[in-house]
Amino acid sequence: MENKPLLEVKNAGIQFGGLKAVQNLNLKLNQGELVGLIGPNGAGKTTSFNLLTGVYVPTEGDILFNGERINGLQPFKVTRKGISRTFQNIRLFNELSVLENVKVAYHSLAKHTMLSSILRLPSHFKGEKEMEEKSLEFLKIFKLEKYKDELAKNLPYGQQRRLEIARALAAGPKLLLLDEPAAGMNPQETKDLMNLIAFVREKFDLTILLIEHDMNLVMGVCERIYVLDHGQLLAEGSPEEIRNHPKVIEAYLGEEVHDDNA
Amino acid sequence: MKKSKQFWLFIIAAVLVYTVVQIFIANGMMNQFYSNTLIFIAINIILAVSLHLVIGITGQFSIGHAGFLAVGAYMSAIVTMKLDLPFIVGIIVGGIVAALAGLIVGIPSLRLKGDYLAIATLGFAEIIRIVFLNIDYVGGAAGMQVSHLTTWTYAFVCLVITIIVIVNFTNSRHGIASISVRENEIASDAMGINTTYYKVAAFAIGSFFAGVAGALYSHNFYIIQPSQFGFLKSFDILIFVVLGGLGSLSGAVLSAILLTVVSTYLQGYPETRMIIYSLVLILVMLYRPKGLMGTMEITDYFKLWRTPKGGDQHGK
Repeated sequence: MENKPLLEVKNAGIQFGGLKAVQNLNLKLNQGELVGLIGPNGAGKTTSFNLLTGVYVPTEGDILFNGERINGLQPFKVTRKGISRTFQNIRLFNELSVLENVKVAYHSLAKHTMLSSILRLPSHFKGEKEMEEKSLEFLKIFKLEKYKDELAKNLPYGQQRRLEIARALAAGPKLLLLDEPAAGMNPQETKDLMNLIAFVREKFDLTILLIEHDMNLVMGVCERIYVLDHGQLLAEGSPEEIRNHPKVIEAYLGEEVHDDNA
Repeated sequence: MKKSKQFWLFIIAAVLVYTVVQIFIANGMMNQFYSNTLIFIAINIILAVSLHLVIGITGQFSIGHAGFLAVGAYMSAIVTMKLDLPFIVGIIVGGIVAALAGLIVGIPSLRLKGDYLAIATLGFAEIIRIVFLNIDYVGGAAGMQVSHLTTWTYAFVCLVITIIVIVNFTNSRHGIASISVRENEIASDAMGINTTYYKVAAFAIGSFFAGVAGALYSHNFYIIQPSQFGFLKSFDILIFVVLGGLGSLSGAVLSAILLTVVSTYLQGYPETRMIIYSLVLILVMLYRPKGLMGTMEITDYFKLWRTPKGGDQHGK
């Protein structure tokens, strides 16, 4: 089992008209890994996420999840296979309560049918109760249960970010894609968030791919790092290797690494 | 517990309203004009609530609701007048055929968003109207004779069923999924919701009840003509939903009642009718830009002075 990667991206790429946004993307994630994806602005990180989750269909290459080809699948089908994500610009369901936001994600794991809900059959009540309990569990893990009846749009920024992760987890993923989860957070919040991510990774046996701009954070938690630049993979390796990789320093890290090492 | 209490309160209120009106009608204490107005209010509430499911809950801006109304009206009229089947069969057939029309229209056009969807649905409603205009079997432009079969009982029972079905749908995982489509389609998709399925489902359910309303509508007059189902009718229904507050079922109900009453009483002043009607709309939009109820439900107002226990009820 260890030999077979959970996610394997083979030479994937996407072209918008004449622009090759991402090309020759090769990623390999093993079960349980926490891998970082970094790169300067516009390098194609979020586009890569969109390729993995089915928002974009790759114009070349293949994406294998659990050995199964998933490129071309619609996003909701990809999610049901076990890949779920958060968004760089928060995309919560603003007019739904915090609890309902999580319920939406748990939706595809619940089974009661539309007819049973309309007729209020026992299976509806059983299903809804289970949904509520499970969703509350996720809120508790993220210490959001006291906000459960608040509308999502009324949450403070940092809590909205946490809710996004809680929601992504409720979809029952094996692979979690986090798109700048710490953006806009202060150092203390970032640290708490990272502890939390480490905790849920253990608890739910997750594999995580993380996009992040905060270098301290990426270098601190990730076991391996991929570096993208101009839509292409620039380097791959352990944080130590990446830190000292001449191309990466040239393209991106530059001064910051020197500062850290000083 | 609290949820079922609400349900029984609703049922008791419904039975009360029904019984009182029925007694008035049976004793002749209410003349034809008032009972007709009440039936008309019930029909308009069904229309408003069914469109509320499509626009307010699922967020798909459809302005061709009169098309489904027409399908239901004509299909039920064919069933009762041409095939001599009972009215109840006509209502069900009207609803089912309208739902099928909703599926046929919805599957291709719900890929469109916003303005484009609005134009597509508007076009669909016009097509339906033109089709009926050119079929001699249903009388063409001259219209079709229909017996007066709609009674207060039929109208009210259909109304109650409509509200129960749509409230039950909304307060379930399916309803939350539909709202998530309205709130953020990309995120909804990313959370494993089959957004197309819910858009089409909401559209078909909405069309079904529009068809039911159509059956009641056609059997409430003595004649139906294609010109009754023009785009102005679609806009009338749209106005109920927008004026009530997008996303609020009780708002849709309230505004359907209010506007039906206003326009009925203004029929006595044909010269100024449209002016006053428009003024009412403008005033409401000025003072309640989010509609009469915003996104709140009547039940939310009770919750305000009770500690929220947070069941699966939500005010969308």
